[in-house]
Amino acid sequence: MSYRSSVEIYTEWDIVAARQLGRNEAKKTGFGTVDQARITTAISELARNIYLYAGKGKIEIERISENGAFGIKIIASDEGPGISDLRKVMEDGYSTSGGLGAGMPGVKRLMDEFKVVSEPGVGTTITAKKWLH
Amino acid sequence: MKTRIPILKLNDVLIVSIQWELDDQTAIQFQEDLLTKMHETSALGVVIDLTPIDFIDSFIAKVLGDVINMTGLMGAKVVITGIQPAVAITLIELGIRMENVMTALDLENGLDKLYKELEA
Repeated sequence: MSYRSSVEIYTEWDIVAARQLGRNEAKKTGFGTVDQARITTAISELARNIYLYAGKGKIEIERISENGAFGIKIIASDEGPGISDLRKVMEDGYSTSGGLGAGMPGVKRLMDEFKVVSEPGVGTTITAKKWLH
Repeated sequence: MKTRIPILKLNDVLIVSIQWELDDQTAIQFQEDLLTKMHETSALGVVIDLTPIDFIDSFIAKVLGDVINMTGLMGAKVVITGIQPAVAITLIELGIRMENVMTALDLENGLDKLYKELEA
């Protein structure tokens, strides 16, 4: 049982569309208001990173189940420049765009599972999961 | 398509109620509109109510933090009101500390706090 929907990220408006989709899917999965806010915020950060650093990409949202547990999976993928120093990107306060540098480490804290695969010149795929407790 | 956040004047104070999810353009437009309105009205304080807002990401947090600092530069005080429990939790988990920002539970308490601060 899996259901996946996606939003292509090209403009600032697509960031809004991605987080609205995420909030709806989180609600349908059965998450409470705090987890809905966590998931919506995480999607917003990931979508904005695509928009800022890669120019275009995709946010996919999937309702998942594993060993009787239900949850939501977010996949943020782009074919942008990639992340050259992953350790730095995960530091609080590190930003190359004048932002707060809260996005990547923040998403990791907001979600239960977080994985980054990035290759310079090829692109970045970030997978994050949140489980219903 | 441009939406603008209404800014109301009450005596020496401006009141802003953010009623819907902020997109980037609206947030930046709001920054400019608020500072212009302060300049026009010589307002001494601003209350920004966020009661209907159910999430704040790092971009919106930055815009809000910037607007508070800008308002301070122009000699006015800001109180943020109505931050929902879910918003408070996600902001701290994101790693965003709204330090040196006056906050209150709701608009009424926010106005009280602002008037006391302005009298002091």
